[in-house]
Amino acid sequence: MRILGDFDVAEEIVQDALLVALERWPVDGIPDRPGAWLLTVARRRALNQVNRDARYRAKLALLEQPISHESDDRLRLMFTCCHPALSRAAQVALTLRAVCGFTTAEIAHAFLASEAAVAQRIVRARRKIVAANIPYRMPPDDELEERLGEVLAVLYLMFNEGYLTSGGTTSTRRDLAEDAAWLAALVVRFLPGVPEPLGLLALMRLHLARVGARFTSDGELVLLPDQDRSLWNRTMIAEAVTFIEQAAAQRRPGPYQVEAAIVACHAEAPSWAATDWQQITILYDLLLQMTPSPVVRLNRAVALRQVAGLEAALAEVNELAPQLDNYHLFHAIRAEFLLELGERELARASALRALGLTQNRAEQSLLSRRLLEW
Amino acid sequence: MKYVFLFCGSAEQQQAWETMTREERGIQYEQVGRWFAEYSSKLGPGNQLQPPHTATTVVFQGNGEPIVRDGPFIEGNEIIGGYTEVNVADLDEALRMAKTWPAGTVEIRPVMEMNQ
Repeated sequence: MRILGDFDVAEEIVQDALLVALERWPVDGIPDRPGAWLLTVARRRALNQVNRDARYRAKLALLEQPISHESDDRLRLMFTCCHPALSRAAQVALTLRAVCGFTTAEIAHAFLASEAAVAQRIVRARRKIVAANIPYRMPPDDELEERLGEVLAVLYLMFNEGYLTSGGTTSTRRDLAEDAAWLAALVVRFLPGVPEPLGLLALMRLHLARVGARFTSDGELVLLPDQDRSLWNRTMIAEAVTFIEQAAAQRRPGPYQVEAAIVACHAEAPSWAATDWQQITILYDLLLQMTPSPVVRLNRAVALRQVAGLEAALAEVNELAPQLDNYHLFHAIRAEFLLELGERELARASALRALGLTQNRAEQSLLSRRLLEW
Repeated sequence: MKYVFLFCGSAEQQQAWETMTREERGIQYEQVGRWFAEYSSKLGPGNQLQPPHTATTVVFQGNGEPIVRDGPFIEGNEIIGGYTEVNVADLDEALRMAKTWPAGTVEIRPVMEMNQ
């Protein structure tokens, strides 16, 4: 693909190879080095296509050259899909399509968009890559961190969409989240000298480790304070914590590392009550310095409730009203604080507001149950 | 690969430029001049444009009849103050250049090649 240098054609060829692989692996068995095999298929197909297409005839000679490291190509593809000259929505759609092999329909389903809209987004992005000559290569060292930021943001968005979901009929879509974690692991493997990918990978794995406790057998959402912690995958948590330590050893803290550290505090706590809230509050302060955001402040308020008391936490949450009035979790958290203060009617009003703002079935169901109980 | 850099700004910036003292303009021209000197080997033809109130626009009616209008085509607060052709390998190189432009916003447009 790197040698072909034309994203438009190269991406299609990789898609074809992926399809052939999916058809043949169940029959022929998986080859010893699936990645290399995939690229061999892709290359053979590319040669066929080039033979057919006079426009690319000149590039034949280049294609005859041996292929470089296969995963390296995937990483390069990821950096191209997540080029800052493309919108975030286009970056996400292209990454899912070109790197993960999602169909347009699958992407549309995952992001609650129409298939036509997703298809158009992908076509436009691919056209721009070709027309504006967005290069298909790894960014140079002095631009790596900035460009990596784009890739990690796309992966985190993919993960969250899969893990939390903003709507749809199923409450968790494991595939998207696990694909995102898999790609994060790929980035880590090829960029071991940069700590933030490790932080993001740890963060994703810590969430995935607790996925079994997030729902009851009949599909009801269980929030962190009420989760059965014996269902958490301790091996995965321990592994994620070593990722955080490896990242921290590089002494270049970043938001993903801090977020992972916060989630690790929860994952290692024996119970909600016995959680190290002091530590979590400090980590949130650090995170706020790095990325000032009202959502981070809202999450910090939950920790603040344990450290500084209910009134202080509620006052903090109230200050966020102008920015977060349309965010369902703002109202859900505020409702909990109000109920604890004995303000039952106000709490119910806030919970009702939260209910009206979420599209997620599991969250809707949880909030409805609360409204009945309160 | 050929691109055109469109040097953009706001009406406020245009006004500030027009009311600058000779010295202030001199400083601005020096910074811009340094940028052009640094990248001279990659630059094609280009010009600074007179302010938008000097613009005249010819529009065509439904029946194909031309009408002459006072003012620029782009209405509102956005203004194109100048342009230059840029010859570089790819968009990344163009982006690196644009990020060092000392006088405001830059829009990068790839040029349509005739063999495309």
